[in-house]
Amino acid sequence: MQGNRMKAAGLTLATLVIAASAAGAEEVRVYNWSDYIDESLLEKFEAETGIDLVYDVFDSNELLETKMLAGSSGYDVVVPTGTFLQRQISAGAFQKLDKAQLPNLANAWDAIQARTAKYDPGNEYSINYMWGTTGIGINVGKVKEVLGEDAPVNSLALIFDPANMEKLAGCGVHFLDAPTELIPAALKYLGENPDAQDAETIAKAEPVLTAIAPYVLKFHSSEYINALANGDICVAFGWSGDILQARDRAAEADNGAEIEYHIPKEGALMWFDQLAIPTDAPNPSGALKFINFILDAENAAAASNYVYYANGNKASQEFLAEDVIGDTAIYPDEATVANLYTTSPYDAKLNRDVTRLWTRVKSGT
Amino acid sequence: MNPRRLFVIGLPYLWLLALFLVPFFIVLKIALSDTAVSIPPYTPVLDLAAGWQGVKDFWAGLDLENFVFLTEDALYWKAYLSSLQIAAISTVIALLVGYPIAYAMAQASDEWRPTLMMLIILPFWTSFLIRVYSWIGILSNEGFLNQFLLWSGLSSTPLAIMNTTTAVYIGIVYTYLPFMVLPIYAALEKMDGSLIEAAEDLGCSRISAFWLVTLPLSRPGVIAGCFLVFIPALGEFVIPSILGGSRTLMIGKVLWEEFFSNRDWPVASAVAVVLLLLLIVPIILFQRNEQRQREADQ
Repeated sequence: MQGNRMKAAGLTLATLVIAASAAGAEEVRVYNWSDYIDESLLEKFEAETGIDLVYDVFDSNELLETKMLAGSSGYDVVVPTGTFLQRQISAGAFQKLDKAQLPNLANAWDAIQARTAKYDPGNEYSINYMWGTTGIGINVGKVKEVLGEDAPVNSLALIFDPANMEKLAGCGVHFLDAPTELIPAALKYLGENPDAQDAETIAKAEPVLTAIAPYVLKFHSSEYINALANGDICVAFGWSGDILQARDRAAEADNGAEIEYHIPKEGALMWFDQLAIPTDAPNPSGALKFINFILDAENAAAASNYVYYANGNKASQEFLAEDVIGDTAIYPDEATVANLYTTSPYDAKLNRDVTRLWTRVKSGT
Repeated sequence: MNPRRLFVIGLPYLWLLALFLVPFFIVLKIALSDTAVSIPPYTPVLDLAAGWQGVKDFWAGLDLENFVFLTEDALYWKAYLSSLQIAAISTVIALLVGYPIAYAMAQASDEWRPTLMMLIILPFWTSFLIRVYSWIGILSNEGFLNQFLLWSGLSSTPLAIMNTTTAVYIGIVYTYLPFMVLPIYAALEKMDGSLIEAAEDLGCSRISAFWLVTLPLSRPGVIAGCFLVFIPALGEFVIPSILGGSRTLMIGKVLWEEFFSNRDWPVASAVAVVLLLLLIVPIILFQRNEQRQREADQ
């Protein structure tokens, strides 16, 4: 045991020495969502630029925001969602992008830029990485077994009608642990404005969510990929690409679980994950090189082909695989896009009410 | 007092100051300020550059509003109570499971003891997080336990343990069991075996000898074990968030929500200060007990 410990200590020391000697080389630290890139792109970036890339992941905007607002995160590139980005910009967390250093910006898709300007006027602080929708993932076999052939799989009624949820509880339902996704969806189900910013309208979402919460096995924002792929659950309310990744994992495992993603016919939240550089980034010029690398048409296409999310890169579309560009769950057709909605950040007071509402829904307290 | 003596006495206090009091006052200071959309997300910040005026402004901006806020919403005291309950029940279960293990270890022959000791310590070689995660594989609907139950015909439907408070109890007892076993074992191992023989010679049955001699002598080990399980279980965050469901209310999770979802560092800090006060009472009791024990031994 003693010998082992010495060996372990020696190894740790060796690692430190290597880390210290590498400190001379240029380094870029990226903090991105989990399961959100083709990892071979990371090696490609290192090979092309000679910059060491440190790549860490997170699974909630709240976690990222706390790191940004604490300051000195040590990251050069981070990927907040639009609504969160907007608040962090106003807190002074990000620096303006030096667009002269981003020649590949010419590849950007103007239709997406027009939408992200809502959160970042003029797109001065951020570039779109991926965008997607929040919708319903189902295990086709299990859902039809429980609800019959005519199950309303493409409707919010599947997850917000207690009669359906009561039956689905038996085979397992996961929801995102994100009130900023679930409250707009519940409001949409009621026919209210999903982007409501007044406490009165938001309160209407609570009875809808409370009625179905007992049938939700877990509120979690990343576990549902595996749970859906393994057949542990039959329904997940989650992010489009995550559910499509679950579909592929289930197909690879060949375990009989057939997964589908549906954009609810009532409409779905459209969100944008944006690349941005923190104000106190240790290596902003390296960060720009990374963003420019991602803006390359072929690289952006490789990322989308891997994660099954649409990107904000018009030029990448010719390199996209047919099952990405041709899949309306990823690149929805015009009629569907017209039915998608976006949301704005809540102010601090409303945010506290929303979190409290969410705790009441989840815990009954 | 000579400098060496001063150093020896001062060192523990320096330790206490650096690792307990300074962090405590930093948290307390945040608990007394207000939230803001800025970096860091709260005001007022103590401005030492402004000298005495800065300190005065800092004091003027402080108030107890965040502590008052905690009393206004039932969520907080319910979460504290629920955490106390979960920690207390887990401690009792760990004691009931841990005592027989420690007793058996102390009774084992000398050549077996190091091996048994090793087996208790072995789980620490794996990361705590991985050990808690692996319970998902055991307890989930498609996990080992349910597959076994279904296969053996003991149950016709999978048991829903994962994501319930039961899973949290299992996780806490499993994780902290060694902290219960080791101090009890240490106390029992020290015990002089001839005391039991004497008790039996004087007419005690084996069971009454256990109640009258072994149990009282192992008391310090039992108390130390209970504190070592109860205190970390009270503030536990990882186990309820991985194994527990949304209905498992624990103060560690409430604190996380305040800090991350509400970005309300001041209220999160106030929750932490109250939690610390809840913990300090058992810690002081524990210290007192230790001291009395030391004095009795001398």
